[in-house]
Amino acid sequence: MAALENKHFDLGAGSVRDLNQFLHKELPASGIKHIEIENPDGQHSIAVGLDAPVEIDILGHAGYFIGGMNKEANITVHGNVGWSVAENIMSGSVRVKGNASECVGASGHGGLVVIEGDASSRCGISMKGCDIVVGGSVGHMSAFMAQAGHLVVCGDADPGLGDSLYEAVIYVRGEIRGLGADAQIEEMSEQDLSTVQALLQQAGFDYDPKTFKRVGSARQLYHWNADAHQEY
Amino acid sequence: MDKPIYRKPIYREGNASYNDSTLHYIRQAAEHGLYEIRGLGAKRQLPTFDDLTFLTASASRYPLEGYREKCDTKTVLGTRFAKNPIELDIPITIAGMSFGALTANVKDALGRAATIMGTSTTTGDGGMTPEERESSKQLVYQCLPSRYGFNPDDLRKANAIEMVIGQGAKPGGGGMLLGQKISPRVAQMRTLPEGVDQRSACRHPDWTGSDDLTIKVNELRELTDWEVPIYIKVGATRVKNDVKLAVAAGADVVVVDGMQGGTAATQQVFIENTGIPTLAALRQAVEALEEIDMLGQVQLIISGGIRTGADVAKALAMGADAVSVGQAMLMALGCNSPTYFQDGKEIDASEGYARLNTAAGYCHHCHTGQCPVGIATQTPELEQRLDPDWGARRVKNYLQTLNMELTTLARACGKSNVHNLEREDLAALTIEAAAMAGIPLAGTNWVPGEGL
Repeated sequence: MAALENKHFDLGAGSVRDLNQFLHKELPASGIKHIEIENPDGQHSIAVGLDAPVEIDILGHAGYFIGGMNKEANITVHGNVGWSVAENIMSGSVRVKGNASECVGASGHGGLVVIEGDASSRCGISMKGCDIVVGGSVGHMSAFMAQAGHLVVCGDADPGLGDSLYEAVIYVRGEIRGLGADAQIEEMSEQDLSTVQALLQQAGFDYDPKTFKRVGSARQLYHWNADAHQEY
Repeated sequence: MDKPIYRKPIYREGNASYNDSTLHYIRQAAEHGLYEIRGLGAKRQLPTFDDLTFLTASASRYPLEGYREKCDTKTVLGTRFAKNPIELDIPITIAGMSFGALTANVKDALGRAATIMGTSTTTGDGGMTPEERESSKQLVYQCLPSRYGFNPDDLRKANAIEMVIGQGAKPGGGGMLLGQKISPRVAQMRTLPEGVDQRSACRHPDWTGSDDLTIKVNELRELTDWEVPIYIKVGATRVKNDVKLAVAAGADVVVVDGMQGGTAATQQVFIENTGIPTLAALRQAVEALEEIDMLGQVQLIISGGIRTGADVAKALAMGADAVSVGQAMLMALGCNSPTYFQDGKEIDASEGYARLNTAAGYCHHCHTGQCPVGIATQTPELEQRLDPDWGARRVKNYLQTLNMELTTLARACGKSNVHNLEREDLAALTIEAAAMAGIPLAGTNWVPGEGL
């Protein structure tokens, strides 16, 4: 890759504000295809609001809202992240090489989020069409009120999984320690197997899709029903 | 001689505990096994701005000429951090109401009227429609717990962002839109199955406590390059704490929605039994800003039952920078009116109200989607009952009237700028209002609770 297509940004010297301003205003027309961000040092809101096909490597641990509302960019964090990585992601991808704290991909509308380690609670909360693949385990209440998209968990899932699910689908390879209200374990169809296969491939994990269980919505909370036990 | 007729009198002893409305409530609960859901705001009697009066000019103050001397109404919101604060011609804004709860025609009419009058309108719990973006010069984009349709493209088109923590009709509760109104377009915008009874989350998906809110507000700043103001809206409960936390989180503008604030659908138990009246909320919000020395640096918008120009003037005198109006805008459009206008004709709406077991003046059935006047619906046939041209004119007239009343009162108080109205211009007419608003009871220097 030509030197002009690469850029280094040192967050030890410059600010997150300077970085994001550059990413929003100058990057799209710059021809730059790859950006390395050094010394993130747990700072928040790094590389939010991207709207360009660029590869971004964040070299270290980062804070909250990394890659928030991402479009088109492919962001990799070489470390751990705080809350709500890739919140409201629209397209492109965000990959975390380490672990992620709470609310991974919250309300994500599209694109792919990969957590190579573990993700804490409410992973995939309110997701609206994005795909999330977690190499390790997820915390409690993951995919809470998830509306569309897929959450693939290669490890275990803590209690309250898929509480109040809409049409999003969860696949878990390990132990399911408890389902949330209106979530149920369902048969894996051929379509499910190919969906899991494709997502694992994109995420770079080599597991047999047949070892995953499918969790979907029983759709009993879709309408008011006086005779059902009211969770609300 | 005929025997005298003895008429045994029927004695009806009133029962305050089990009156008509309580009996109705118990019967409904026994029949349905579900709480009642309805629209609009609190209907119970509460202290309001009606309980205040202006001490207009006399020998000790002199008034401005009503028709000759200028009274400025320009209002600037978001001066703290935003590069581009919102500049409004009048201090009366249109509150957040969703496409879904309302028709696209209504959102269009509100936008057009707001633009003509130089004020802003606000999206709602359903995302931004192209119609309202097109028609609204100044559009505030709400960031709600559901995040339905929330996306960076619309975020970048917004003139301000309103982080909604709660609303006065249901502080602590989530949004609600019943299946009748989840039309194909609404379902698509919200990524929901058509016809589902939507019950939104009450907490945001990506932050919880106030420290997180600070980081979230910073993210919104970063997403929009610090260009547009960020409002934080709270339902009025622990107002002092919440306003201070909103300011600490970095808000440019704090919006406080009192318990008379409306909704298109929520549990009646919420509407009538949560929050504090707008009058009390405003006083506490102003005191909170004073205590942290941020009055004037962070702007304050008050909402919840603002209906008249007098309400606006009193709110400004108490310390608000602007007001926000929701329900009354819909009433200007014909909500609860006995008739509607379609194809240039006035048409009787009684049958539509009767189908909902109600009548004009009593309707709060926004949640059913069967709005007899074509405002709170997603049914194509009913939507036709509100012509957006006609509606925009009505809303514009209403806003204009409020503004004229506001300046009339301000001039009479000797103010050349409506933002110069002050608490000293007010007196309270009831002890409750005096206590809640912190304004002396008329004819006295007494503010109940003061000095305690």
